[in-house]
Amino acid sequence: MTRRALVALGLPVVLVATWWVLSAGSTSFFWPPLSAIVAAFPTTWTADPIAHDVLPSLARLTAGYLVALVVGVAAGVAIGSDRVLRALCEPVLEFLRAIPPPVLVPVIALFAGYTGSTTKVVTIALGCLWPILLNTVEGVRSLDEVLRDTARSYRLGRLTTLRQVVLRGSSPRIAAGARQALSVGVILMVISELFGADRGLGAAVVRFQRGFAIPQMWTGIILLGLLGVALSGLFRLVEHRTLAWYRGLRQAEREV
Amino acid sequence: MTGAVTAPRASRGRIPEPALGVLGLALLVAVVEALPRLGLVDGRFLPPATAMLGELGHQLRLAEFWVAAGQTLGGWALGLALAVVAGVVVGVVIGGVGFLRAVTASTIEFLRPIPSVALIPLVVLVHGSRPESALVLVVYAAFWQVLVQVLYGVADVDPVVRDTARSYRFSRWTVVRAVVWPTALPYVVTGFRLAASVALILEVTAELIIGVPGLGRSIGVAQSSGAVTQTYALVIVVGLLGVAVNTSARFVERRALRWHTSVRRDL
Repeated sequence: MTRRALVALGLPVVLVATWWVLSAGSTSFFWPPLSAIVAAFPTTWTADPIAHDVLPSLARLTAGYLVALVVGVAAGVAIGSDRVLRALCEPVLEFLRAIPPPVLVPVIALFAGYTGSTTKVVTIALGCLWPILLNTVEGVRSLDEVLRDTARSYRLGRLTTLRQVVLRGSSPRIAAGARQALSVGVILMVISELFGADRGLGAAVVRFQRGFAIPQMWTGIILLGLLGVALSGLFRLVEHRTLAWYRGLRQAEREV
Repeated sequence: MTGAVTAPRASRGRIPEPALGVLGLALLVAVVEALPRLGLVDGRFLPPATAMLGELGHQLRLAEFWVAAGQTLGGWALGLALAVVAGVVVGVVIGGVGFLRAVTASTIEFLRPIPSVALIPLVVLVHGSRPESALVLVVYAAFWQVLVQVLYGVADVDPVVRDTARSYRFSRWTVVRAVVWPTALPYVVTGFRLAASVALILEVTAELIIGVPGLGRSIGVAQSSGAVTQTYALVIVVGLLGVAVNTSARFVERRALRWHTSVRRDL
């Protein structure tokens, strides 16, 4: 156990220590000493910026992500279950997916200007939608035909079939899409705040940069990094629990 | 119910799927045309599709457009190439040495989810709106996609094959070339495909947000100067560029893996 901890923590500790030592005497404006960045942390992220920058950002990310998840899975199941609908939608979806999500910002700005939370939530939701939608379509399409027929033979109700066969069977693919969408969502959360004078985590980092408050800017970058790591950890936890049956299945298949 | 309805229809009138796809695109164009024409959406916000396509044709005749497109594609290609080379080299070295793999795992897991846009303020300070800014973001974002896939690929090498190579006293280089590389190649190509689309996203993002010259900046300029139709035309161009990148990456994947069982049909 201690050996594993040593292996896992060894390199990060060495890297941070190297950063600390190399930057210790740094007089470079852009690369302040790590000690100065750490010292700036508690004074920069006090209760006020947490309440007005960090939490609203996270709330918008959550809202946009959940909207994308619900809409993406619902539309994905509908499109994936019907051959004609799928063929009809495929090129359109390919095109819409290929548009880099940040380009949506100017387009949304045309409609409503770019102030307030709603436009930001819409941006995040639109960006997260495609990976979830397309993966759901793939997941539903690659469902085992026998399973579907079995459900029909047993006259399972539509709702039961949807829950127990369709959604469950495609959940590994949906999870893969949801994971992609999460990193897109974090990116869009930051980008949507770079437009228009507003508050938020991304806006705060840019505010520090424009005001040449360099150690504070660094604390913001590190905070964003930690947020990305925390969210991916949280996602893995949820995935680990909900897809436990799938891992078991794969394990069993491998052992045969 | 839907299953019962579609099954006979599918077997009876089978319209070929490409035709349905074209129909789908035509429907999209028709809807975008109809919404502003019927006054359902303000034409100042969403111009009719024909106006967008007309503007697109106009753009294609402008020298600036081609310059911007060249800058975007150039930045994308350079960043992608650097990321792929770095990802493959680092991945093969780390993946091939058990000690390195164990020691770096936690660091890679930590660095990978850091959103590349968090680096925007830093690159703006250091490089301003020069192409280097976009390059840093593109390489950072695309590198992890390649690296992680290469690590999976190297880990996938069959132990028996590896031991056989060792018994025959293959040199380290020969092992990499004849054993590790063919196993890892499908993963490398997947990494390349993922990295190609991520790199395009970051390139356009950097242009849009930092003002690095390219199509992204043109979109930003068109939007802020109220050229609505031009904004949409350029967004369509970027989307088509994305489709082209995805399609050609998939083509490269099939070509590079012609010998592989996942692509070969005759098995």
